[in-house]
Amino acid sequence: MAHEHKLAIFRGTLKFKSNITKIWGILIILSIVTAIEVVLGIIKPEILTETTFIRMKLLNWIFILLTIFKAYYITWDFMHMRDEVKGLRRAVVWTAVFLICYLVFILLTEGDYIFDVYNTGFQSWDF
Amino acid sequence: MSTTVTSTDTGENTWGGGNQPLRASYGKLMMWFFIVSDALTFSGFLAAYGFSRFKFIDSWPIADEVFTHFPGLHGVNAPMYYVAFMTFILIMSSVTMVLAVDAGHHMNKKKVTFYMFLTIIGGAIFVGSQAWEWATFIQGDYGAVETKGGKILQFQNVDGERVALSEFAIAGVSEREQHLKKNGVWYYEEGTPTTYNIEEVKAGFVANPDLLIRVQELNEKGEKIVLNREESLAKINRDAVGVVEGANLYHNEYGTPLFADFFFFITGFHGFHVFSGVVINIIIFFNVLLGTYERRGHYEMVEKVGLYWHFVDLVWVFVFTFFYLV
Repeated sequence: MAHEHKLAIFRGTLKFKSNITKIWGILIILSIVTAIEVVLGIIKPEILTETTFIRMKLLNWIFILLTIFKAYYITWDFMHMRDEVKGLRRAVVWTAVFLICYLVFILLTEGDYIFDVYNTGFQSWDF
Repeated sequence: MSTTVTSTDTGENTWGGGNQPLRASYGKLMMWFFIVSDALTFSGFLAAYGFSRFKFIDSWPIADEVFTHFPGLHGVNAPMYYVAFMTFILIMSSVTMVLAVDAGHHMNKKKVTFYMFLTIIGGAIFVGSQAWEWATFIQGDYGAVETKGGKILQFQNVDGERVALSEFAIAGVSEREQHLKKNGVWYYEEGTPTTYNIEEVKAGFVANPDLLIRVQELNEKGEKIVLNREESLAKINRDAVGVVEGANLYHNEYGTPLFADFFFFITGFHGFHVFSGVVINIIIFFNVLLGTYERRGHYEMVEKVGLYWHFVDLVWVFVFTFFYLV
């Protein structure tokens, strides 16, 4: 079996010489992103916590986007999704992404609705 | 008629068997199947966490105030540093795993052994760290008081610093004997008694004029609402019914019980995955040592457990965000 690795990331702007240097490169990228997350989480800049986008703090959107960014590189380079054929990639990623988005949307909407019922109704917290 | 459908590149019969449209072996495909279903399980848990959090969006505990410890640094407020360290350990062990897979492609038994060993060490450090996180969480920090409605009241001084129960409760104001199974009807027994009972905490609170109560609800800036002295006195005398130290599945001093429940359940389930990953890695490690894959002619087994190991890392990235950051 031949093991061909695609060595270019960031849509081809960053090319690595070998698979091993690519692995270390990905580690550096993931570490930087994690460090950014931790620093933002400790500082909590006021501009980001006071601005909201679709009813969520901008800071939280940044955290979620950075998380998806990290998940992409873990899946694509550590799990070698980049080297798999299109069919396998789509079967795994599209299925999971669609079902997870659906589940999250349904549950968060419902949770928000229940919050409104407690908030504006006369029920007291009794769990 | 000889116009049968044939696959274009190989010239083989498409339906004749031996055709691999996804170019992946059976074992790897099955691992991907498992990973997709396990990803859905985890997202079910995390979405349920989101559901409960949205339900109590104005009174959910603030993670920065809950996870503030670092081993060896007592009394230092270190929010998230330790989890960040754990995240780094897990990413690092993912890197050694993918290096082991790469060495396997080159049939380099020595390197595979070495990197597998490092991966196992990384996994063990992570599981140990998680055990420490749990122990710290269960043991608790400042202690709190619970109201009739099941809400948590925490204490702070007028300068805004949190105050532990042990700093102000007056011991010996009232005696409370633990209720055991043998004493009462219906064979009820109560759990481990807290260090101070509610009367001792109340007496201490009344005696210290610079103490205030923080309630569970958050203000517009996302901070806990602090009552003034009169409201605090009224609140503790009217509503407080019990003392909470640390956390279990029913009560926790950080806020709503659901927070602790999800913490135990989600990080526990993830920790169980890491643990089983370490066990599987150890098995594969010994197989590598024994030369099983050398004889087999390929190290695909290392690749398969590698997929599982990276998946565990992938899940942690999300748990980290939704439990500690957001």
